[in-house]
Amino acid sequence: MWAYLVRRLMYALPILMGVNLLTFALFFVVNTPDDMARMQLGVKRVTPEAIERWKVERGYDKPLFFNEGAEDGEQLTDTVFFDKSLRMFVFDFGAADDGRDIAREIQQRMGPSLAIALPTFVLGLFVTVSFALMLVFFRATPLDFWGVVLCVAMMSISSLFYIIGGQWLISKVWHLVPISGYGGGLDAPRFLALPVMLGVIGGIGSSTRWYRTIFLEEISRDYVRTARAKGVSELTVLFRHVLKNAMIPILTGVVVVIPLLFMGSLIIESFFGIPGLGSYTIDAIQAQDFSVVRAMVFIGSVLYIVGLILTDLSYTLVDPRVRFE
Amino acid sequence: MVLTGCGNAWNDPYPAAESGQNILYSAFVNRPKHFDPVQSYSEDEATFLYQIYEPPLQYHYLKRPYVLIPGAAAQMPTLSRYDKRGDLLSDDAIAADVAYTVYEIKVRPGVLYQPHPAFAKDQDGRPAYVPMPAAMLEAATTIPDFPLTGTRELIAEDFVYQLKRLAHPRLHSPIFELMRGYIRGLSGLHAALSSAAEKAGPEAWLDLDQFALDGVEVVDRYTYRIRVEGTYPQLSYWMTMPFFAPVPREVDRFYAQPGMAEKNLTLDWWPVGTGPYMLIETDPNARMVLARNPNYRGETYPCEADAEDVAAGMVADCGKAIPFIDRAVFSREKEGIPYWNKFLQGYYDASGVSSDNFDQAVQMGGEGEVGLSEVMRAQGIELNTSVSPTVMYLGFNMLDPVVGGASEAARKLRLALSIAIDEEEFISVFLNGRGSPAMHPVPPGIFGHEPGEAGINPMVYDWVNGAPVRKSVDVARKLLAEAGYPGGRDAKTGAPLVVHLDTTSSGMGQKSYVNWLTKQLRKIDLQLVVRDSDWNRLQDKLRKGNAQMFFLGWNADYPDPENFYFLLYGPQGRVATQGENASNYQNAEFDRLFEAMKVMPNGPERLSIIRKMNRILQHDAPWIWGFHQKAFVLQHGWLKNRKPGAIVRNTLKYQRIDTAQRSEKRLAWNRPVIWPLALMAGLLVLMVWPMVRRYRQHERQTVSVTDVAGG
Amino acid sequence: MIGHGFETVVLWTDACFFLLIAACVVGGLHAWRRPHLRRSWARVGERPVGMAAIVVLLVFLLIGILDSLHFRAALPPTAGQTETIYATEVTSVLDVVMHRQRTDVERTYSAPLATHAFVKEAIELPDGGQRRDFPRLVHGGAHLADAAQDHRADIVSRLALGAAVGVGLSLLAAACLSVFNGGIKRLMRGETQLAWRSAWLTWSVVAVVAGMLVSLAQGYHVFGTDKVGQDVFYLTLKSVRTALMIGTLTTLVTLPLAIALGILAGYFGGWVDDVIQYLYTVLNSIPGVLLIAAAVLMMQVFIENHPDWFATAAERSDARLLALCFILGVTSWTGLCRLLRGETLKLRELEYVQAARAFGVPTVRILLRHVLPNLMHIVIIALVMDFSGLVLAEAVLSYVGIGVDPNMASFGTLINAARMELARDPMVWWSLAAAFVFMFVLVLAANLLADVVRDAFDPRAG
Repeated sequence: MWAYLVRRLMYALPILMGVNLLTFALFFVVNTPDDMARMQLGVKRVTPEAIERWKVERGYDKPLFFNEGAEDGEQLTDTVFFDKSLRMFVFDFGAADDGRDIAREIQQRMGPSLAIALPTFVLGLFVTVSFALMLVFFRATPLDFWGVVLCVAMMSISSLFYIIGGQWLISKVWHLVPISGYGGGLDAPRFLALPVMLGVIGGIGSSTRWYRTIFLEEISRDYVRTARAKGVSELTVLFRHVLKNAMIPILTGVVVVIPLLFMGSLIIESFFGIPGLGSYTIDAIQAQDFSVVRAMVFIGSVLYIVGLILTDLSYTLVDPRVRFE
Repeated sequence: MVLTGCGNAWNDPYPAAESGQNILYSAFVNRPKHFDPVQSYSEDEATFLYQIYEPPLQYHYLKRPYVLIPGAAAQMPTLSRYDKRGDLLSDDAIAADVAYTVYEIKVRPGVLYQPHPAFAKDQDGRPAYVPMPAAMLEAATTIPDFPLTGTRELIAEDFVYQLKRLAHPRLHSPIFELMRGYIRGLSGLHAALSSAAEKAGPEAWLDLDQFALDGVEVVDRYTYRIRVEGTYPQLSYWMTMPFFAPVPREVDRFYAQPGMAEKNLTLDWWPVGTGPYMLIETDPNARMVLARNPNYRGETYPCEADAEDVAAGMVADCGKAIPFIDRAVFSREKEGIPYWNKFLQGYYDASGVSSDNFDQAVQMGGEGEVGLSEVMRAQGIELNTSVSPTVMYLGFNMLDPVVGGASEAARKLRLALSIAIDEEEFISVFLNGRGSPAMHPVPPGIFGHEPGEAGINPMVYDWVNGAPVRKSVDVARKLLAEAGYPGGRDAKTGAPLVVHLDTTSSGMGQKSYVNWLTKQLRKIDLQLVVRDSDWNRLQDKLRKGNAQMFFLGWNADYPDPENFYFLLYGPQGRVATQGENASNYQNAEFDRLFEAMKVMPNGPERLSIIRKMNRILQHDAPWIWGFHQKAFVLQHGWLKNRKPGAIVRNTLKYQRIDTAQRSEKRLAWNRPVIWPLALMAGLLVLMVWPMVRRYRQHERQTVSVTDVAGG
Repeated sequence: MIGHGFETVVLWTDACFFLLIAACVVGGLHAWRRPHLRRSWARVGERPVGMAAIVVLLVFLLIGILDSLHFRAALPPTAGQTETIYATEVTSVLDVVMHRQRTDVERTYSAPLATHAFVKEAIELPDGGQRRDFPRLVHGGAHLADAAQDHRADIVSRLALGAAVGVGLSLLAAACLSVFNGGIKRLMRGETQLAWRSAWLTWSVVAVVAGMLVSLAQGYHVFGTDKVGQDVFYLTLKSVRTALMIGTLTTLVTLPLAIALGILAGYFGGWVDDVIQYLYTVLNSIPGVLLIAAAVLMMQVFIENHPDWFATAAERSDARLLALCFILGVTSWTGLCRLLRGETLKLRELEYVQAARAFGVPTVRILLRHVLPNLMHIVIIALVMDFSGLVLAEAVLSYVGIGVDPNMASFGTLINAARMELARDPMVWWSLAAAFVFMFVLVLAANLLADVVRDAFDPRAG
C-alpha cells in the first residue's frame, strides 16, 4: 500500500505542474503585469514610473516564459513563471500582490470556511441518505412518488433563490438568526444555522435522487431477497445490507469532495459575509491578484488529488476484497 | 418571548457582552488595502485612517463651504513667499514673481502617541522590542499581544520623517510624483534611497534620518518648514491628509525588524497615530475595531454652524469634550441585502458614506425632498444629504475622428449628444433623485460653482421661469443636421451614425444603464454600440486614445476648483502624458486661464476667470456634463451629530450614541417569530407519524405472512 | 419595422443552434429506422411525465427558435443614398412578434398589470401647481378611459378572451390527436400507446396560460416593468434563448471531446490512456469558477482587440455567449469522458469486438460499428442530464459577473439586476418572481425528461 501511495504522489507532480502552467498561461493572456500594477496602485494619480517600480519590486518585470536576453540555463529560469511557480511546490506562497502574506491569510480563513462546509456536508449527507432510505423503504407507494417529485422540484430551483428566499423569510421576516456575519466560539451556531440549512436544502434534491437509485439497485439483488426470505426485518435489511453494500458508489462520489471542503463555498460565503477561502478567491479574481489566484488553484488541485487518493483508500476500508497492486 | 427578556434578540449579530455599551456599529464593503499613511488613498481606508492619524490641519466639521482649522498643528501654517533672489515678497506680490514658498508649521506641544509597543522601554530605558526578542515574535500575532507599551510626545521631526517616506522606493506613495514637482529635494532623496535600498537588500531597514531632504527643515522641537517651488496654495489641503501625518522613527524601526512582515505586523496593517482612536482589532475580511486612544490630546465639540444645523440640533453638544464614543466596530458586508436589512433591524447605526447598496431604498423628490417610507420614518430613521465633491461625466475622446477634434461639425455633434442625453431623467431613475445635473466640472459647495441663471450651461439649458430647462430634442436634431448627420444618417453616404460607448461591466444595473442610454440616443436617431470591458481594458483604451465615449467620475481630493479643472488641462493629456485628462482636451486659452486660476486665492478675480473657463468648456463640450452625486447618510434616531460631507473624513470623534434608546429599539424591532418553528415541528410529526404507523403495519404483515407460511 | 426590407443575420450561436437541431432531426430519422432505438424512444413517450415534459420543452424551443432568427432591418432610404443601409441593431423574429412589449417602455418600475407607476412623482397640475402622486403609465392600461373603474373589468374580460382562445387551441389539438389515435374516446381514456392524453393536457394548460398572458399583454405589462421601464415579460422570454443556448451548445464542445478521448483512452489503453487521463485530471483539479473567469475575461480581451470583427452589439454579446458555452464545455466533458472510457474498457473485451479484431477489421471501423453505437445510450442520458445543470450554472455565473454579456437578457442577469429590488420599500418582487417561475418550469421539464430518458435508455433499469 505504501508503494501505491508513493506512486500516486509521484503521479500528482506532473498534474500539479500542468495545473500551474495552465493557470499561468490563462491569467497572463488576460492580464499583463501592467494591468496588475494598475489594479494594485489604485485609480488616482498613477504614473508609468510607479507602475515600472511596482513591477520590478514584485518580480513581474521579467519575461513570462522565455528570457531571450539571458544565458543558456537562465533562459528558462530567469522568468516570471519559473520564479513564481517553483516555490509553490514547497507550499511557500509568498505575499499577495497587495503585500500581505498568503499563507497566513489562508490559515485564518480556513476556520470559517470549514465551520460552514463541514456541518453542511455531514448534515447534508445524513439528511439525504436517510431521506433516500425512507423513499426506498416506501418504494412503489404514493409516498415514494411524491418524494421523488419533491426532489425533482427542489433541484430545479436555482441556489440563488434558496439563499435570497431564506435570508428574506428567516432573518428578515421572522428575526430568528442574524442575517449575515460570522462569530467564533459560542456565537458560531447562530451565524451558521441559516447558511448550513440553506446549503443542505439546496443539495437535498439531487443527492437524494442519486442515493435512491443506488439503494434501489442494491435492493433488487439476490442477497437482499435471501435475507428477507430468512425473515430479517425490513429495517435491518436496509441498514445492515443495503446501506453497507451501497457504500462503494457513495464513497466514490463523496470522499473526493471532503478535502475540497477547505476551499469553502463561493456563493454562500459572499452572501453571508463569512470571511472564508471562498470569498477570498472571489475577491482575488475581482482584484486580479494573481498570486492569490494561483495559490488557491494550486491548493485546490492538491486537495483534489488528495481526495482521489482518499477515495481509493476508503474502498479498502469498506470492502476488504479491494486490494492495491 | 421569554427568551428575548434576557437581553439580546435572537438575530443580534454581536456578542452578548457588548450589548448596552457605548459602541458604534457600522459596516464596510470593500476590503481596505493599506493603512500606511504614505500609501493609503482610497475612501475604504479613509474611514479608519482619519480617526487614527492626526495631520497638521483638518476641516471644520460643520462649516460649509469647507474651512481649514488646525489639527495637530498649534495654529494655521504661516506662509512666506520669496523671489528668485531669495528675497521675501510682500503679501500682494503676483504669483508669477514667486520663486518659492515656505510654509512654517508649529506643532502642538504635549501631544502624545497612542500606547504602542514601539515606544515601550525595559527597566534600563532601552527599547523593549528593538531588537525583537525571538520568543516575543513567536508569541505575538497582533499588536495588542505585546505586553509592554509606551508613548512619546509628538515632535516636528515625526512630520519630517513621514515626508521623507513619500520618496521611499518600496512604499510607492501615490502622491510622490505630484509632490516631487513641488517639494525641493524629493527627487534627489528618492534616487539616493533607491540606490541605498538596492545595496542593502530587499529586507533591510533604511534609516531615513541618514538621508537629507532639502526642501524640509526642522527648526526646533515643535516647528518645521516645507519649501515649495513656486506657489502651490493647494498644499494646505494636502496637509489634512494622512500623507502629511506624523510617523515616528521608532515605529518605522520597530516594524522593519525581520520576521514582522510575515506576521502582518507592519505599519500597513497596524497604524500608530496621535488621533482620537486607535486600531485594536484588524481583520479586513471581517471586522475592524477602533477604540478610544487614552492619550488623545482632547478637543471640544464645535459651536459654530449654519442656522440649519443649529435647528437640527447639531450644536447641542457644543463645547463638550470629544470623542464621545468608546469603540467603533466595523463589520464587512459585501452583499447589499444583508447590509440593508441589518441596518433596518438596528444593528448598524448608520449607513456608510459611499453605500451604493442603500440607493434602492431611498427616494427623493425634485428639491431634496426626503423620500423615506412611512415605516422607516416611524422607526425614527433619518436621512441626511449633502452634495459630495464629485463629478460623473461622459467624456468624448477629442482625438477621435468622429466626435473629437476642434472642427465645428464635431462640436455640434457633441452638443447634440449633450442635449439628447437627459441627465435629469438619469438622476431620477438611477439615483432616485440624489444628484444634481452638472453644468461644468465644479460641483456645488466648491468655489466656482454658481447657483441661478449665471451658473447654467447655456449650450444645453434655457433659463425658463427661474429654473434651468433642457433644450428640446428638436434643437439636438437641428445641431445634428448641421453637423452633417440629418436624421442620424451621414449626409453624404446615408450610413447611420454609430456612437461607441466604452464602459466597465462592473456595478449593478449596468444593463439597465445601457438600455437607458440607447433609448436616449434613439431620440435623435443615433445608434449606440456599447463596448463593455473590464477596468484595465478601459484604461488601456483611454491611454491609447482608442475610446470614443466613456463614462468616468472624479472624486475630489480637496475642495478647490483646481482639482476639477485639471481634468481638462492640456498638459495632463492622457495619451500624450498619461495624465488625468482622459478626453485629451486641448485648448490654449483654457490652459492659460487654468494656470492663472490655479495659484489665485478665492475672490471675485478668480471667479471671473472661472466663468471664462466655463464658457470655453461649455462651447467646446469635451464632456457631456453629467451630474454631481448627493452623498447621503441614513441613520437611526439614537445616533447624534452625524453630518455627511465626503471631504471631512475624521467624523467619528464628533458622533454620539444614545445607547439606552438603541437597546430598547433593537429588542422591540427584533422579536423572534416562533410560530413557524412550532409549525415546522408539527409538520415533521405529521409527516413521520403516518410513516411509523405504516411501518408498524408493514412489520405486522410480514410477521403474519411468515406465520401463515410456518403454520 | 421591416417595411424597407431586411438582411438576415446568422449569429454564430444561431448557426450552432440550427446545426444542433438539424443533427437532432437526422439522429431522430436514424433512430426511427433502428428498431431498438425506436423502442427506447417509444418508452419515453409511453410515460405521461415524459410527454408532458416534451411538450413544455417544445414550447420553450419554439420561443428559442423564434428568437434565433435574426435580421437587420433596412433603414428608410434618404437622398443621395446609393445602396441599402441596414440598422446596426440586430433583431429577431421574436422581437417582431413582441414589438409592442419591446418598444412600449415606461419610465421606471410598474407593478404587473398596473395602470399607474410604482413610485410617486411630481405631476404638473392644469392650474400650474404640482402634486405628488402615482402618474398614469404611458402604455400600461393606456386604453382605459377611467383606470380606477374599468381596470378590473378589463382584466377579467381579457382573461376570459385569452382563456377562450386557449380552450379553442386545446380542442383543436384534441381533434387532431384523436384522428391519429383512433377516436376521442381512446385518447381521453389514455388507451393510446404513447401518452397522448398527458401531452394534450399539458398543451391545454400551456395554451390557456399563454392565451391569457398574450391577451393581457396587449394592454398591460403582464409582469410589470423593470427599473428603466422595460417589460419584464419580454425580458423573461428573451432569457429563454440564452438558457437554451447554454444548455445545448455546450454539448457541441463536450460531445466530440468526451466521445473521442473517452473511446481512445478506453480502447487503446497504454500511453494514450495515460495522456488522456492526465489531461482530464488536470482540468478537473482546477476549480471550475477560476477557469471560467479566466476564459471569459480572455474572450473580452479578444473582442476588444478585434473590434472590426464584431460590428454590432449583438455580435459582441453573441461571441461572449459562445465563449461561455465553449468554456463550460471544456470544463464539463471530463465526467462523460471517464464514463465512456470505463464502458469502452468493458466493450473491448467483448467477444464480437475481439473477433472483429482478430479478423483484421480496421480499427476505425470497429470503433464506429461496434463501440460507438453501444455507447450512445450513455451519451444521450448525459446530454439530457447536463442540460438543467448548465441552465442553473449560467444563473450563478452571471450573478457572480463572469457569465453572459451584461447586455444580454438571461436569467442570471435578470436575477442579478433584481436582487436589490427586494430591499426596496415597498418591495419590487415581480422581476425575481418572473425569472423564478420561467426558470423553474424550464429546468423542471428538463429534469423530468432526463429522468424518463434515463429509465428508458439505461439497460440496467430494464
